[in-house]
Amino acid sequence: MSEQFDPKTIIKEENLTYKKTEVMTDNTLSYCPGCGHGTAHRILAEVIDESGLQEKTIGVCPVGCSVLMYNFLNIDMQQAAHGRAPALATAIKRLLPDNFVFTYQGDGDLAAIGTAETIHACNRGENILIIFINNGIYGMTGGQMAPTTLPGMKSSTSPHGRDVSIMGNPLKMTDLVANLPGTYYVTRQSVHTPAAVRKTKKAIKKAVEYQQANKGTCFIEIVSNCPSGWKMTPTQSNKWMEEHMFPFYPPGDFKVPQE
Amino acid sequence: MKGNEAIAEAAIRAGCDGYFGYPITPQSEILEYLMEVKPYEKTGMVVLQAESEVAAINMVYGGAGCGKKVMTSSSSPGISLKQEGITYIAGAELPCLIVNVVRGGPGLGTIQPAQSDYFQAVKGGGHGDYRLIVLAPASVQEMADFVELGFDLAFKYRNPAMILSDGAIGQMMEKVYLKPQKERSTEIFPWATTGKPASRERNIITSLELDSKKQEIFNHKLQEKYRKIEENEVRFEEFQTEDAEYLIVAYGSSARISQKAIQIARAEGIKVGLLRPITLFPFPKKRLNEIAGKVKGMLSVEMSAGQMVEDVMLAVCGKVPVQHFGRMGGIIPTPEEVVENLKSKLIGG
Repeated sequence: MSEQFDPKTIIKEENLTYKKTEVMTDNTLSYCPGCGHGTAHRILAEVIDESGLQEKTIGVCPVGCSVLMYNFLNIDMQQAAHGRAPALATAIKRLLPDNFVFTYQGDGDLAAIGTAETIHACNRGENILIIFINNGIYGMTGGQMAPTTLPGMKSSTSPHGRDVSIMGNPLKMTDLVANLPGTYYVTRQSVHTPAAVRKTKKAIKKAVEYQQANKGTCFIEIVSNCPSGWKMTPTQSNKWMEEHMFPFYPPGDFKVPQE
Repeated sequence: MKGNEAIAEAAIRAGCDGYFGYPITPQSEILEYLMEVKPYEKTGMVVLQAESEVAAINMVYGGAGCGKKVMTSSSSPGISLKQEGITYIAGAELPCLIVNVVRGGPGLGTIQPAQSDYFQAVKGGGHGDYRLIVLAPASVQEMADFVELGFDLAFKYRNPAMILSDGAIGQMMEKVYLKPQKERSTEIFPWATTGKPASRERNIITSLELDSKKQEIFNHKLQEKYRKIEENEVRFEEFQTEDAEYLIVAYGSSARISQKAIQIARAEGIKVGLLRPITLFPFPKKRLNEIAGKVKGMLSVEMSAGQMVEDVMLAVCGKVPVQHFGRMGGIIPTPEEVVENLKSKLIGG
């Protein structure tokens, strides 16, 4: 960054109204413009910061667009094989029970190749937080059909739209894990509006508290967009998400502890 | 004590932090033993039956990334499933112990002992240029001893180590001397993910490198490590090699059978000795090459179609004829068969 654009030389300390959390690094995000990953990363980082957990957090990132998450969060992280993050997190948390442990996984990772690891970690009630980014597509590999791709939705491997009679139905993982006895808090959120961001951040905060109280698995789905994969502008993609993704994946709580 | 039980008890006593397994014959006693004696109440060792071999090895990956002494065990078909995790662990340069109590293959194969996973253990198994440190026990005592040795070597080189056993040694009962209970280590390794204190940069456990130039540099670094292991960690045992005119090369169960075969052959006046590789990687290449200058031929005895024989041939560089004798599918060769094959394949007549 050249000197003249360094915010520190332009904005005086007393005029600062927003400061990036220390839990995020200065590395440039590798995500496409308008993608929800960056926002999801930031609120997670803010919660870790605000909870004073930077020194206690161990994150597990998946294979997919967020495979390089360890470049963006200033915490200890492990990069798992495709779908296996909940298995890594299981061992990490059991061996280091005083640490805050989370996985961050996309829909291909969590709902296809990692279905077994996800369901069994949730069913055992592993005391971890699973953050599930659902944008209905394989983003990293170039827009292939995911287990969560909507009926009729086009992708590079369903170019005529997902025909459920041939390609099967989308898998609603959040509905599924909410039915397992090991999960404590299960919710579906989004990060496409300021209000949604606030709600998701609140959900992550709750999950942190529950993990500290050893309550079991917390599972937060974030329905998100993929402007590149969906071949839309960021604004169009958010509108399309509300109109098409939300009716199939309605945001809201699935399992809320009785307090 | 059974070989499998010896592994389990030795793991507890070695101060193992975590065992993650999945049932498969003929090694299920390892997980059964651990669940029976409940080390989590005694030493705090985590014992978990995973939903699959794939999950178990990835639990090992997670635990190893925290710098913990973690292990898994399985048998051939299960070890195939673990290969993904094993190559990630090797690529992330993490220490761990994997036990393979080998049964006959391919596919679901048999549940009887075999040595047909030699290539898989020694040459890679998973994708990419990597090596495991491979220890081959020939007794229940060595099953126990190699747990601690395996962990020590794994941590010394930050590399996965494997105990390559077979169904015979896993199920066999022998007297075994067990070491006293060791405290679990509280050491925090500078590379491990334990939560990032303000005093250090964040630790990242990964095997990903998008820049091919950097990946090649890393590959060279790994190869250097493997050369160092080859220089320092070769282990083998010799039996009646001083005056030997012929040499049998055999590991594990086959080595025990071959010892008996040597007694029979020597009674008939055939001067034959045994070299038993204890480490299969690193392989005792140098010593075999030396012996090749003194003997008339070598016979590799394995419970396989002939896998280690290729490494014996590479080691002797054509100095002497090298032959193979093996049984497959879970059949254990008899000492008499070994002698017969020694005669027919090497001595002639």
